[in-house]
Amino acid sequence: MTDFILGHYAYWVIIVLLLIGLYGMIMKRNLAKKLIGMTIFQVAIIMFYVASASKWGATVPVIDPSLGALDPAKYISPLQHCLMLTAIVVGVATSGVAFALVITIYRHYRTLDEKTLLERMKS
Amino acid sequence: MLNNSPALIPLLLLSTAISIPVLAIKKTRLAYPIALAASLSAVLLSFYNISRVWSDGAIPYHFGGWLPPIGIQYLLDPLSAFVTLALNVVAFVVLCHAGAVVDRELPGREVPYYALALLLLCGANGMILTGDVFNLYVFLEIFSLAGYGLIGIGEKQASVASFRYLIMGTVGASFYLLGVGFIYMVTGSLNMADLRNILPLVAGNPAVIVGLALIVIGLGIKMALFPLHGWLPDSYTYAASTSSALIAPLGTKVAAYVMIRILFFVFDAQYVSRTLPITDLIAWLAAIGIIYGSVMAIAQKEMKRMLAYSSVAQISYIGLGIGLANPLGFIGAVLHIMNHAFMKGALFLVAANLRNNSGHSDIARLDASFRKKLPWSMAAFTLAALSMIGLPPTAGFFSKWYLALAAIDKGKWLFLAVILVSSLLNAVYFFRILEKVYLIPAAGQGDGKDLQSQAKGSLLGEEKWSLMVPALVLSFSLLLLGLGNATLVKNVIQRIIPLGM
Repeated sequence: MTDFILGHYAYWVIIVLLLIGLYGMIMKRNLAKKLIGMTIFQVAIIMFYVASASKWGATVPVIDPSLGALDPAKYISPLQHCLMLTAIVVGVATSGVAFALVITIYRHYRTLDEKTLLERMKS
Repeated sequence: MLNNSPALIPLLLLSTAISIPVLAIKKTRLAYPIALAASLSAVLLSFYNISRVWSDGAIPYHFGGWLPPIGIQYLLDPLSAFVTLALNVVAFVVLCHAGAVVDRELPGREVPYYALALLLLCGANGMILTGDVFNLYVFLEIFSLAGYGLIGIGEKQASVASFRYLIMGTVGASFYLLGVGFIYMVTGSLNMADLRNILPLVAGNPAVIVGLALIVIGLGIKMALFPLHGWLPDSYTYAASTSSALIAPLGTKVAAYVMIRILFFVFDAQYVSRTLPITDLIAWLAAIGIIYGSVMAIAQKEMKRMLAYSSVAQISYIGLGIGLANPLGFIGAVLHIMNHAFMKGALFLVAANLRNNSGHSDIARLDASFRKKLPWSMAAFTLAALSMIGLPPTAGFFSKWYLALAAIDKGKWLFLAVILVSSLLNAVYFFRILEKVYLIPAAGQGDGKDLQSQAKGSLLGEEKWSLMVPALVLSFSLLLLGLGNATLVKNVIQRIIPLGM
């Protein structure tokens, strides 16, 4: 049991991060804080992929002459890192669009607080 | 060159979307014809694709010559060819219509509008054609980001609606990505065909089950499956009319297509319906969504908002077809993807015409003068409304017919009742408008004004051909699709039904 908990420590951290992200998006009233929650959520997923690539006692996926290329257990899996480069770019683009929208909202309504915003939208 | 036709559609749309801001930097007028040309070539390429699939069967395309599972694969099979064709045709007609509306509703923002519209189409086509689950995520995000932009450039409230959509959409896409991660951890593959072979070997693995559940939730948000539809009504209402006319037919339908692809072509129909009760869950949520969306649509006072809630109901029909997980339900779902794209496109175009003509689309303020001011648009509206209700011989009747047959086939009488009741509810909220426009006699004062505006207007009493013709084309194609339905199902859709159903 202890082994299970300690052996998966990276995943526990990721679960906590996912929950913090969801909490931020759902519970926070300020739109900028919602965005911070969204970014934490995305980063947690990126870390999930990266954590899934790691192996105990393996090294970076660059061929090391002393280790050879035959045993895949000696290198961590490079594919997840490549996937996550794309996901990071996607995340940056999403944040960019989101901040542009936040700025537009602020220009229109002079507030980022959700409650005030809803009141001003009605009037 | 045409050997590469599966990849050409997304690439062409992507490169045009990027080059529009450069090409139209001096002359913003250029943006419209360029976008139209790109969309037209996408339609022609889709025709070419479907004819190729017709004669040769499914065609896998390997990017850069790398064979799967290492390389990224595009898969042009009857299903993807059919859905790309249907959606590209609707998108082209909507873009034809956009010309006049964009000038009026989004002055000074023509160039970003057309660039984003093409980016949206690129994302949609990519999602449909790709055979790689991670590549699908990238296209999903391209599609969504373009969608946020298109919605955000609408009215004042649109930015808030778009922000909300962005948060929910990103959660949806992230759930999808997380699910793909779980499945990749177990199978070590991202290629759909490869996954199809590997997944039966690891079917009991909890990581696969969690991954599948996360993917279904993520796609459920994207396709606005009840109760994950929260972002949809505001987004469609506040977006510029021409944006909602473009996003409403495409947006949720593409996600529904991806759901079909993942559940029945990557996973197995047996697996998702017998081993895990996922399709049952989808069917029940869809049944609730059908009733909920229809009831909410009746309660709305504004036409675009009403159409948005009706979209929640209509997407649930597709969900019901997926959830029933039998061949008839599958035919119904695929047919409804196409039919709903045409119907919703036509209805939103008419809503745009109303706004263009009188500056509003409030249902309470509709009256008999509209049958004189916009005779052809209202005719298009009537035809599309009849198809939404499901009167034969319009196309809407046939998709509901297949869904009803599927419900009977499975012995789920409650779902049959849901389909019938929802048709009545559809009739309530559409006849409410038709009654105002056609049955109530015009008030005395209104008549004089009508005659004046008619005298000013061009041929056939409508202001602009460019606004009237696209709506008419879409709604009359509903008749054609309805009448040609048997041929379509026999020759195309029956070839698509996945193995193991």
